[in-house]
Amino acid sequence: MRDQIPLVPIEVKVNGKSHKLEVEPRMLLVELLRDGLGLTGTHIGCDTTYCGACTVLLNGNPVKSCTVFAVQADQGEIMTVEGLAKDGQLHPLQSAFSEQHALQCGYCTPGMLMSSYSLLSKSPSVTDKDIVKGIAGNVCRCTGYQNIVKAIQLAAQQTKGR
Amino acid sequence: MYPSPFRYHRARSLKEAASLLSELGEGSKALAGGQSLIPLMKLRLVSLSDLVDLNFIPGVSAIEQKDNQIHIGALARHADLEKSQTTAPIPIIHDCASGIADVQIRSRGTIGGSLAEADPSGDWPCVLLTLPVELRCVGPKGERTVPISKFFVDAYTSVMEHDELLSGIIVKLPPPHSGGAYLAFKRSPPVYPTASAAVQLTLEGDVCKDVGIALGCVGLTTIKAVQAEQQLRGKSIDQKSITRAAEAAMAEADPQTDMRGSIDYKRTLVRALVKRATEVAVRRARGEKVEVSHYYA
Ligand SMILES: Cc1cc2nc3c(=O)[nH]c(=O)nc-3n(C[C@H](O)[C@H](O)[C@H](O)COP(=O)(O)OP(=O)(O)OC[C@H]3O[C@@H](n4cnc5c(N)ncnc54)[C@H](O)[C@@H]3O)c2cc1C
Ligand code: FES
Ligand code: FES
Repeated sequence: MRDQIPLVPIEVKVNGKSHKLEVEPRMLLVELLRDGLGLTGTHIGCDTTYCGACTVLLNGNPVKSCTVFAVQADQGEIMTVEGLAKDGQLHPLQSAFSEQHALQCGYCTPGMLMSSYSLLSKSPSVTDKDIVKGIAGNVCRCTGYQNIVKAIQLAAQQTKGR
Repeated sequence: MYPSPFRYHRARSLKEAASLLSELGEGSKALAGGQSLIPLMKLRLVSLSDLVDLNFIPGVSAIEQKDNQIHIGALARHADLEKSQTTAPIPIIHDCASGIADVQIRSRGTIGGSLAEADPSGDWPCVLLTLPVELRCVGPKGERTVPISKFFVDAYTSVMEHDELLSGIIVKLPPPHSGGAYLAFKRSPPVYPTASAAVQLTLEGDVCKDVGIALGCVGLTTIKAVQAEQQLRGKSIDQKSITRAAEAAMAEADPQTDMRGSIDYKRTLVRALVKRATEVAVRRARGEKVEVSHYYA
C-alpha cells in the first residue's frame, strides 16, 4: 500500500529560509521539522495534542505541529524556536526565561517560548491572566509555571520599553 | 506516531470536495482543522484510504452579517470567532469560541468540523442549539439547508451523508432585550468539559418571552433541556423560577460515570451551570456587559 502512495511536492519557508520538498501525506509537520530539516529544537512530548512541546508558528499562528500534516503547511511560513535568536543574540523572551529561572529540564521550553512569542507579538501589554490564557496549551512538569509567567511579564516590559 | 498511509487530495471548492468523497467512497474523509481527525488517525482509531483537504478552498471561512442574519463559513476557525466583531450582538458565541481547548487548538479547529464531528462533549453543538440556526450542506448533487434541531442524530453522527459537506452556519440575530451565556466546567484547558450549559433568552420587562437551554457532555448527544425551558418561558424571571429551571435541567441530564466524575457529580454541576448561565444571560439581556469564561476545577 505504502508504495502506491504518491509523494506530494510542497514549498515551505522555515525561519525565513525556503525549502522545496516531497513528503509522504502522513508525515507530520513536527517530523518534517525535526527529521527532514534537522530542526530538533521543536520537541515531541505527548504526541497526542495535549502538551504543547511541539508548538510552532504557522503563518503567524501557534499550532501543535504534532497535529498538522506537513502537506498542510505547503506555501506557508513556519517559525520555530531556532528562529528566535538573531545574530547570536538571544531573543528578550529567551533571556528573561534564563534570568527568571523559568525552566528546569527545558523540555517544554521551546513550546512555551513560541506560545509566549505569539502572545506578545499580538500585544506586549499583557496581564498575568492574559499570560496564563496564552500558555494554557503548554504543560510544564517542572517549574510550577510561576517563574514562566514572571519571565514573560519581564520580556513584555522590555519589549514595551523599546 | 504515524497514521496508516493515505492518499492526499486538495479540493478547490466544497462542491469538488463532495464529488471527490463520492468517487473515493467510504474510506475517504474531509480534513478541516484536523484537531479531532488527526489525533484519531494517529491513534489508528481511524484509518483512511484518502484524505480530502478543505483548507486550501478560498472564501469558506468568512463571518459576515447579511440583513438580520450572521453567516459563518464552515471553515471559520475557533480563533476567528473569538476575535470576530461581527458576532458581538450574540455574546454566547464569544463565550464558546474563547473557551475551546487552548490557543493552538483554536488556531486550527473549525466550527464546521466541530458540528460535523457531532461530539456530545463539543462546545459548538451546545451553544448553537439555543439559537435559531440553519446549516447549509453541499453534496455532489446540490445543496440543502437543515435546521440545527434536526442535525444531530446520535453520538458522533449527524444527518449528513458521507459525501456531504457543511458549507455554512446561518444564525438569525436575536430580537432586542436578548442575552445568552455559555459556561463549561473543565479540569484543564486542553480537555473537553465535564459538563456545560448554554442559555439564550429574550426578556419583556421581567418576563422571559423566549428561551433556549442546552446541556453538553451529559448524554449521548447534546441535550436540549425543554423541561427547563418550560420553567422559564412566559414566566417572570426571579431566583425561584431560575432555581426551578436549574433543577429541571438536572433531571433532564443523562450523564454516565467516567474518569471526569460520577453521575451525581455531573448532575450537580449541571444545576449550578444552568443557574449561573441564566443569571448572566438575564444581565446581558438587560444591557450589562458581563465577561464569562470556562471554569477550571
Ligand atoms: C486536546 C484537545 C482538546 C479539545 N477540547 C475541546 C473542547 O474543549 N471543546 C470542543 O468543542 N472541542 C475541543 N476539541 C476539538 C476541536 O474543537 C476540534 O477542532 C473540533 O472538534 C473539530 O474541528 P476540526 O476543524 O479540527 O475538524 P477535523 O478534525 O478536521 O474533522 C472532524 C470531522 O469532521 C469532518 N468534517 C470537517 N469539516 C467538515 C465539513 N465542513 N463538512 C463535513 N464534514 C466535515 C471530518 O471529515 C472529520 O470526520 C479539542 C481537541 C483537542 C485535540
Ligand atoms: S507533542 Fe504535540 S502537543 Fe504534545
Ligand atoms: S522545564 Fe521541565 S517540563 Fe518545563
